[in-house]
Amino acid sequence: MNKTSTSIRNVVAIGIGTAIYVILARFTSIPTGIPNTNIEIVYPFLVLLATIYGPKVGFSVGFIGHTLSDFLMYGQTWWSWVLATASLGLLVGAYGRYFLDLKNGIFNTKQIITFNIVQIITNVISWLIIAPVGDILIYSEPANKVFLQGISATIVNSISTLILGTILLKAYAGTKIKKGSLKKEY
Amino acid sequence: MHDEQILGYQPGNSLIHSLNGTTKLIFLLLVSISCMITYDTRFLLVICIFSLILLKVAHIKWKQISFIVKFVVIFALINLIAVFIFQPTYGQTLYHSKNILVNAGYFTLTSQELFYLLNLILKYICSVPLVLLFLLTTNPSQFASSLNSIGISYKISYAVALALRYIPNIQTSYWEISAAQQARGNELSKKATLSQKIRGTLNIVTPLIFSNLNKIDTISTAMELRRFGSKKKRTWYVTQSFNLADYLVILIALLSVIIVVILFKVNSGRFYNPFI
Repeated sequence: MNKTSTSIRNVVAIGIGTAIYVILARFTSIPTGIPNTNIEIVYPFLVLLATIYGPKVGFSVGFIGHTLSDFLMYGQTWWSWVLATASLGLLVGAYGRYFLDLKNGIFNTKQIITFNIVQIITNVISWLIIAPVGDILIYSEPANKVFLQGISATIVNSISTLILGTILLKAYAGTKIKKGSLKKEY
Repeated sequence: MHDEQILGYQPGNSLIHSLNGTTKLIFLLLVSISCMITYDTRFLLVICIFSLILLKVAHIKWKQISFIVKFVVIFALINLIAVFIFQPTYGQTLYHSKNILVNAGYFTLTSQELFYLLNLILKYICSVPLVLLFLLTTNPSQFASSLNSIGISYKISYAVALALRYIPNIQTSYWEISAAQQARGNELSKKATLSQKIRGTLNIVTPLIFSNLNKIDTISTAMELRRFGSKKKRTWYVTQSFNLADYLVILIALLSVIIVVILFKVNSGRFYNPFI
């Protein structure tokens, strides 16, 4: 595929991806019973989109999607958490670009394991480092509050990506035709 | 049925509707960044009153924004309570003094803490009306052209416009899939257990995601056939020229940034401290 057509596809993927992100963020959080802790399907979705379309799309959808959905739901946005979501998309996207091949229908057990190790590491980087540190620097909120929020976000998002993300990626790979799956009949 | 509206452009003919999209975006960015940086209570109070007056000027009705305001108020209260519970002494560290109002061990309430919480509330009241104002009075295509004119690449601007345009579509298809799954016995009510809820949500989300991912290929082919992205620049059908009013609004926004910088010097820091 040549350069301009990939860049157009990236633009459209950012646009549609962001729209899906906003709708999922608005309507599909599943309350776990613990206050203020919801299972968010948006993060597994962001991970799926980033692994398909790469780090640029992952970063942009995380950034624009989180900003828009915050504005639409709360009328304001927390830039530190926006940045955390965007870096989640960026890092998982970079990993997907080099180590995964979902478009050819390949997602084997070894890839499932490495994918989950990578997503847990990136969740830790995003929610336990970027988001709380940003909250302290930009909004000067008390450190123990933001780190507690960070820890609960890390745990919930890692687990929901582990379960829902793996299911989504596997399902997506299943819809694609494997390379070399057609054999010539003699 | 599902008339939980998503905030979007509402046509009108007030002074604020007639302003250039770029002007409104610059104003929103500069003023909300100044409010984000400063903790000067006097400045925040002025901006609060000002932004509430602007809502009135734009003829925005309470019922258009009531659901979002309620949501924000609840969220803000939870956040304030959390800030207080986790560190009731934060105010006195910030303002280097301690006047006890209610003595209750760990939860001792000082006037410094109360003042800090007041500043947090003011920050909410400042930015929320401005954002609502922008979203309700700016046409999405014009929003894209204004993003482009402040220096963001037109491809990203177009992606944002595409997102704003497709949000209602995807919302409709979400409700359709949800209704179809409920007809097949998908349990999503309050009675459902957690695993039932997760499975139920997946049953809606998976077809929603996959059918819309397929759209990406269709739309990008259509755009490629129309030579999108072949030039470095593009023009916008909805571009407006700048008027006197636009320049005045931008001037006010710049003024607020300058005031914040001066206040930073006067207060020697982000916080206005009336206690010393």
